Amino acid sequence: MNRLDALRGTTPPKPHDARAIAALAANPGCARRALLDGAGIDKDATARHLGFPAPFGQSPFAITRGNAFEALVKADGCAELLRMLRELLELPVAEVAYHDVENVGAHLRHAHTRALFDRAARDEHDSGTIYDHPLLGLEIAGHIAYLEPDVVAFQLGGRFHIVEIKSFAVVDGQADPAAVAGAARQAAVYVLALRRMLRELGHDPLRVAHDVVLVCPENFANRPVATLVDVRRQLAVLERQLSRMTGLDRLVEGLPEELTFDLLPGEDGLPTRPAAELADALRRTTARYAPDCLSTCDLCFFCRDEARQEGACDLLGRQVRDELGGVASVEEALGLADGTRAPAEGQEEIARLLRNAERLRRECLA
Amino acid sequence: MSLLTSLARLRALDERIAQPIATVRHCHLSERPMVLIPLRMSGEAAAPLAAMLGTRREDPRLLVVTQPRNRDLRFAWAADLAAELLPYIDGFLAGTETVERKNADPYERVLDAPQLLVPNQTGIAFIRLLGRSTRFRRADGPYPVPETVPLLGRWLTYFGERAAYPGSSLMAAATEELGRHWASGQSGLEDANLAALMAWITTGPSDDAEDPLVWPPAGPATDPGFDAEVLAPAIEAGAAERITEALRGQLEPTWRLMWQAVDLLRGLPEGASVAQRWEQDRGSFSAMAAHIAEGAPPQARRDGAVAAASRLARMERAQAAYEVQRAYDDPLVMAEYRLTGEAFAGEVVETEPEHSEGEGRSRKLRPLVVVKTDDPVRLAPGTALGTPQRRGQGAQLVEARDGLVTVKITKGMGRGKTPAPGSVPEVGERVCYTSLTDDFQGSPALPEAEATPWTHGGPPREYTPSDEDALEEWS
Amino acid sequence: MSSPEQVIQDVLADLPRHRGVVVDSPPGAGKSTLVVRAAAHIAATGEPLMIVAQTNEQVDDLVTRICERHPDLTVGRLSAGGYVPPLRLLELSGVTVGTRVQDLGDPDIVIATADKWAWISGRTWPWAIVDEAYQMRSDKLLRIAALFDRALFVGDPGQLDPFSIVDGDRWSGLSWDPLQSAVSVLLRHNPDLPVHRLPVSWRLPASAAPVVSRAFYPFTGFRAGTQPHERRLELSTGGMGTVHDRALEEAARSGWALLELPNRHTVRTDGEAVEAVALLAARLLQRGAVASSEQGERPVTAERIAVGAAHRDQVAAIRNAGVPPEITVDTANRLQGREYDVTIVLHPLSGRRDATAFHLESGRLCVLASRHRHACVVVARAGIAELLDAHPSAEPVQLGVPVKFPDGWEANQAVLDHLAAHRV
Repeated sequence: MNRLDALRGTTPPKPHDARAIAALAANPGCARRALLDGAGIDKDATARHLGFPAPFGQSPFAITRGNAFEALVKADGCAELLRMLRELLELPVAEVAYHDVENVGAHLRHAHTRALFDRAARDEHDSGTIYDHPLLGLEIAGHIAYLEPDVVAFQLGGRFHIVEIKSFAVVDGQADPAAVAGAARQAAVYVLALRRMLRELGHDPLRVAHDVVLVCPENFANRPVATLVDVRRQLAVLERQLSRMTGLDRLVEGLPEELTFDLLPGEDGLPTRPAAELADALRRTTARYAPDCLSTCDLCFFCRDEARQEGACDLLGRQVRDELGGVASVEEALGLADGTRAPAEGQEEIARLLRNAERLRRECLA
Repeated sequence: MSLLTSLARLRALDERIAQPIATVRHCHLSERPMVLIPLRMSGEAAAPLAAMLGTRREDPRLLVVTQPRNRDLRFAWAADLAAELLPYIDGFLAGTETVERKNADPYERVLDAPQLLVPNQTGIAFIRLLGRSTRFRRADGPYPVPETVPLLGRWLTYFGERAAYPGSSLMAAATEELGRHWASGQSGLEDANLAALMAWITTGPSDDAEDPLVWPPAGPATDPGFDAEVLAPAIEAGAAERITEALRGQLEPTWRLMWQAVDLLRGLPEGASVAQRWEQDRGSFSAMAAHIAEGAPPQARRDGAVAAASRLARMERAQAAYEVQRAYDDPLVMAEYRLTGEAFAGEVVETEPEHSEGEGRSRKLRPLVVVKTDDPVRLAPGTALGTPQRRGQGAQLVEARDGLVTVKITKGMGRGKTPAPGSVPEVGERVCYTSLTDDFQGSPALPEAEATPWTHGGPPREYTPSDEDALEEWS
Repeated sequence: MSSPEQVIQDVLADLPRHRGVVVDSPPGAGKSTLVVRAAAHIAATGEPLMIVAQTNEQVDDLVTRICERHPDLTVGRLSAGGYVPPLRLLELSGVTVGTRVQDLGDPDIVIATADKWAWISGRTWPWAIVDEAYQMRSDKLLRIAALFDRALFVGDPGQLDPFSIVDGDRWSGLSWDPLQSAVSVLLRHNPDLPVHRLPVSWRLPASAAPVVSRAFYPFTGFRAGTQPHERRLELSTGGMGTVHDRALEEAARSGWALLELPNRHTVRTDGEAVEAVALLAARLLQRGAVASSEQGERPVTAERIAVGAAHRDQVAAIRNAGVPPEITVDTANRLQGREYDVTIVLHPLSGRRDATAFHLESGRLCVLASRHRHACVVVARAGIAELLDAHPSAEPVQLGVPVKFPDGWEANQAVLDHLAAHRV
C-alpha cells in the first residue's frame, strides 16, 4: 500500500469527478488539501465528522430545474442541441446519429466509449454523431478517475467538441462570470480526458476542439442558447495541476510514519474514529487558509477555526496578508503597530508603516 | 483596501468589535427610505419568490408568489410590487425647483428623491434582472400584463444602473455602505453576509450569523435547507398560507437588521459633499421621470457604442470626484493618502503672506506657508496641491525636507497685492495639503449614435420594442 | 518570416487598398521608423495626413523624427493650452505649434495626442496614422474616428492593456466594449482588415529577443536584428566580487542577470530589494560601462539606464534610496515605448505572498523585460517559483470576450525559467 492510500486507510476512496478535478486548482498552495485530494479522501465526510460541515447545499428547486433543462436540451435524441450546433458551428449537418453510451452496462461503458471514439476518429467521412453519457477516464496521482458521464460529445468529420449543459442563465449575451469559469474548468477536464484517450488510441489529440459548447437557458425562458467558450487557459492550468500531483511524494515524506486520516468506518459505514484524534491528525499537515476557501473547499470551516485559534492574519484575506509583508499573526501585527513589540530582523519596514498607520488612526479618531 | 483599513480590521479582530474607518457618513440617507428585501426562486435567473418592503419599520409589506411556477402569479406579484413602489416614486415628483443652466434651457429638479435600500450587492443585481425581465412587457397585444409592470421594469432598471454609478445613493446595499464606514474583523467576502457584518458592528462576532436557522440569508438566494424542508413541501401541498408565513419567517430577521443598519448610518454626521452628490441624484432621477413622461422607449438591452463610451466617461468622472470628495470630507479617509505620502498634515510654523513672484506687470502674489509634519511626504517639488481647509484654493509644493514642507499658494487668495483675509493660514493652524485634486477638464463630445463610425460597427440598427420582447417567456 | 523591408512594403501597398491597416510591432521592431516612412509616403501623394499618438512625449518624439528625416515636410503640432513645447521642437524648421487647427497654416502633417484630437471637429483628413494603438482605449478612437477616411494602426500588442478606474463588466462581450483597445474593437468590427507584423527587433539583443518572443509573443514571434557578437557591454573598471558586481558582470557577459535575495515575504517597498536596485544602478555608473553595437561604441551614461518597478511607491522608494538623479526610475506603465542600454528591474512578484492579477499581467513584465539594448538586471527575492506554483486559478470568464494570450502565469514562468540560468 502506498503512503497516500495509508493516509486514507480503510475508508473507501471518493472517486474524483470532473468538478473535483477542476477544483484542484482552487488553492494549490494548500498542502493539506493536496494530500487529501491526492489520497482520494472524502473531504465532505471528513468535515462533517469533525463537526465542521461544509456550507455547500443545493436547493431541490435548483436541482429540479437543472434536470428539467438538461432533459429539454436532450429531448428527442438531442434535437434541440443539434439545432444549436448547426447554427453555432455553421455545420452542414444533414443527418446526425445519436449514441447514448449509458444504454451499455456500466462496467463496459468505458471500453465502449473508447471503441466508439476510435471508430469515429478513424472514419473522417463519418457523418455527425452525438455521444451522450460517454465515460471518460483521467489519471490522477496514479489512479484512473472515471468522470461522471454527464457530458455530451459531438463529432463531425473526426473533429470533437465537448458540450457542457448548465442551468444558469445567459441574459442578453452575459452570464455570471464565476459560473462560466466553473463550467469552463469542468469542460476542460473532459477535453483533456478525451484528448488523452485519442492519443492513447494513436490519434491526434488536437482533434478535440479547445472551444467547448456551453448550453444555457437564454434570458428568463427555458429556451437553450449555445455559446462557444475557449478553454485553453483552463486546460493549461489543469495540466499543470495534474503534473503537480506527482509531486505529492515530497509532501508525504515530511509526514510522520503512522499518520492517517482514516475515518475508520464501521459496518454501517459511519465513522468510528474519535473526531478529536482526526482533527489532531489533520493539524499535522499545513493548511493555507484564505477566505476564498469558503466557496471552494469542504474543509473550510475547520481550517478557518484553526486560523482563528492561531490568530492568523489569513482570516482577513489574501490581500491583507500580502500587505502585511511577513507578519503572520494578528497579535504580532498589532504589537508592531502599538510599538509594544520590537520588530524582528526584516520587519523594520512593516513596523514603521504600521506604527505610522496607528498614529494616523489615533489622531483622526481622537 | 489600504494598510489603514487592514490595521482597523486587525484591531477589530483583536477587540472582537468592528472599528470605524470613517468619521462622517459618505452616503445620503433619506428620511423615508424604501427598504426592499427581495427573494428569488432557487435555480432561476430572475423568478421572484417574495419581497418584504416598506418605508416604516413597524409596517413591512410582504409580497409572495405562492406558486412560483405559475407565470400569471409572477406578473401579479410584479403588479403588487409596482403598486407599492410606483406611488412611492411618484410621491417625489410633485415638489420641484427650477435649475438654471449655462448654454441650455432651465430644467425642473425634484426637491427630494426616492431611495431604495437592499441588503447586499446580489440584491442589487437581482433588482436589475427583475427590471430587465419586466420592462419590455406590454399592457396590450397577445400576452398583456398590468400596465404598471413594464413601468416598474423601467424604474427598477434605472435604479439598478444608477447603483453602479460611483457616489450615487438612489439605491444602496446595506453591506456596502456599512463596509465603507466600519472595518470588521473578518474578510471582505464574509462582510457580504449582512447578519455577520451587523454582529461585528453591534455586539461582536457570532457564528450564529452563518447559521441559517438563526439568521436566514438576507437574500435574494434562500437557504437550501429551508427550500428542501419547508418551502418545497408547502408548495407541493399547495398551502398558500403556509408558504406566506414561512417566507415571512425568513424575511423578518433581515427586515430588522436593515432598519438597524439605517439607524447605525444615521448616527454618523453627514459628510460635506454628500448633499452635492445627492443633488446630482435628484437631477438624474428628474431626468428619468421626464424621459418616461415623454413616452421614451424602455432602456435598451445593452449599451450601443456611443452610449457605452458616454456612460463610461460619466462614471469615471463620478468615481474620481467621489474619491476626492471622500478624502476632503473625512480626515480618516485623507489619512490613507497621508500614509502613502500623497498628502500631509501638520501645523503651520511660518508664513510669508505677501511673497510674490515676477516683476512689474507680471508680478504675482504667491504667499508661502511652511508646515511642520510627521507624515512621510512623497511629493515632488512643483506638484499641484489642494487643501480641505480651503477648498477653492490651489497651491504648489516648493520643497519638502526634514519634516518641514514649504507650500506656495497659487489660487484662491484674492487678486490684490496682499492676500484676502483668511486666505493664508495663520501660524499655529493645523492644515492638510494633498496632490489629490478634482480638476476636471470636461470631456470632449461623442458622435451621435446615428453617426457611429466604421471602426465601431457603423450606425446601429434602431431599436424598436417588438412583440417578441413582450412575449419573452418568464419561466 | 518576411524581411522587415518586405513587411513595410506590404504595409504601404495595402494602405490604399483597405480602409484600415494594422501593424503589430514587438518591442523595438522599428515602429517609429515605420510611422515616419508611412507618413512620408502618404505626404508624397499630396494628401493631408493626421497622426495620433497617446502622450505628449510620443507626439514630440514623432515630430522630431519626421522633421529630421524629412526636412522638406511641414508639420503642425496641435496641443492643449498648458503645453510647453520642448526646445528641440522649436529649433526644427517646418514645425508650427498651435492649439487650433487653423493656427497651423496648412501643413502636410498634423500631429496631436488622441485626447487633443477628440476636441477637433469641422474638418476631415483622408489619411490617419494611429500610433500606440494597443494602448489606446477604444472609446478614444470612437471620439476621433470621424476625422479620417483611412487609417494605419500601429502598436505593440504585448504591452499593458488600457484600463479604467471603474468596473466595466456591463460592457464585457460587446464588440465595442469601450475598455478594450482601439485595435481589438476595430478588428472585431472589421475582421477582414490586413494585420501585418514587424518580424525583427532592432532594440532587443540576440540574448533577449528569443526569451521575450517566447514568453510574450508565443504565437507570432520575432527575432533579433543583430547577431550575438554585434552587441557588447564592457565594464571598464574591475569589480570587488560583491554580489552586485557579479550581477553586473553576469549581465554584461550574457545580457541577463538575476540578483536573488533570500526568500522572505515583505512589504511592497522591500528595503533590501530597493537598496539592491539603487546600488546596482550607482555601481553600473561607477564601473564605467561601455556599450558597443552596430551603432558604434558609447559609454553607458545615466540617461541610457532605466530602473523599472510595478508600483509608484516602489519607484518613490528607489528614488529615495539614492539612485543618481539622471537615471530614469519609473513604473512599467510609464516606461512603455522607451529604450535604454541597460535596465534594472525590481521583479513585480518579489517578496509577494500571493500574486494578484495586477502582478501577473503579462504586459507589465513584458514592458520591464524589453526596454534594453544590451542587458537587463532583475532583482527579486527567491520564492517566486513557489508563489506561481501556489497561485490559485479562479479567474472569472466573460462570455464573448476573446481569450488573451499569453497568460500572465505562463509568461512569468517562462521568464523565470530563463533567469534561473543567470542567477548570482
